[in-house]
Amino acid sequence: MKGTEAYQELLSVIGDEPVIHANGYICRESFSLKDREANFYMIGSMGLASSIGLGVALCKPEQKTIIFDGDGNVLMSMGTLAMIAAAAPKNLVHVVFDNQVYESTGSQRSLSNVIALEAVAKSSGYREAVKVTRKEEVKPVFEKLMQSEGPSFLLIKVEPAFNPATGRVTHTPEEIKARFMRALSNP
Amino acid sequence: MLSSKSFIAELQNNGFKFFTGVPCSLLSGLISSLEDAPDVSYLPAVREDAAVGLCAGAYMAGTLPVLLMQNSGLGYCLNAFTSLNLIYKIPTLVIMSWRGCGGKDAPEHIIMGEINEDLLKTSGMDYAILTEDNYADVLKQAMKNIKAELPFTLLVKKGLFDERH
Ligand SMILES: Cc1ncc(C[n+]2csc(CCOP(=O)(O)OP(=O)(O)O)c2C)c(N)n1
Ligand SMILES: [Mg+2]
Repeated sequence: MKGTEAYQELLSVIGDEPVIHANGYICRESFSLKDREANFYMIGSMGLASSIGLGVALCKPEQKTIIFDGDGNVLMSMGTLAMIAAAAPKNLVHVVFDNQVYESTGSQRSLSNVIALEAVAKSSGYREAVKVTRKEEVKPVFEKLMQSEGPSFLLIKVEPAFNPATGRVTHTPEEIKARFMRALSNP
Repeated sequence: MLSSKSFIAELQNNGFKFFTGVPCSLLSGLISSLEDAPDVSYLPAVREDAAVGLCAGAYMAGTLPVLLMQNSGLGYCLNAFTSLNLIYKIPTLVIMSWRGCGGKDAPEHIIMGEINEDLLKTSGMDYAILTEDNYADVLKQAMKNIKAELPFTLLVKKGLFDERH
């Protein structure tokens, strides 16, 4: 499945939950499909979407928090999987778009063709860690994870098929933050 | 010497509620006191840049964060400070031990000790050197920065806090 198809499946389940996006195509794809105030687009600080998401989840325990991560981003901060598992926030769903490459920088291969990131998450101690490869599975599996206690990890295997004509995030970083904070205090 | 307990109380009085970091022996008393205190929680981070991420999330979720770290972690954090905190305007109070200050320390700390202040300055991270006498003023300065949504660093020299190591 293409990344853009996976996003569409997920979007049909998402309501007003905060979604923290890893840098690169993940921000651009999501922004172009549906821009939301509750989307935090992390344009720099590669690898930190997961720790930002953990910080939000811990300080808003009553609110489901979602991370949209990339395989390259997860591999850069594997230790954060341990922090998430140890802190064990029930309200955190960690989604990874695994195209097995650093697509944003020219599709150089990452390591996720040989390293099973969902197995790393599971053995770190995530309550649930699931890998999906077929488009039909995405929505029902994500729906189930959203309804159950976390922390949960959803690895979606996608083709590296980003359309380079997709726009970039047009909000300034300060606007992104201000909107996100507004959305968080008025869910 | 500054008492860890009363300094933590000062931080709490200023509204800081989220504490994370990676240990340094110079901050050992401070971290132990955080772990012992019944009304605060300290979350151990695996790396200093991951702690920067945690603090950013906490801040955006409405909780003022403090990051405790050794200056060895500054290199790991520069990208996070410059491409997250400074451009989004996400404040964090950083309590950073100044290993290698004055050139007297283990070899691995000497270079960072020497360039520590310059690195903070060139990257646009405002800071102050915390002492026993200036902590009230320095905290005021820190709060001014935090209100302006900018990070602020307190440099801690050896011997300022009780060390439990
Ligand atoms: C510290 C750092 N190193 C490298 C980069 C360049 N960079 C930007 S996006 C990206 C790839 C991210 O990979 P992944 O998480 O798999 O997302 P994808 O691009 O595949 O969607 C890289 C290497 C960066 N922004 N920051
Ligand atoms: Mg990738």
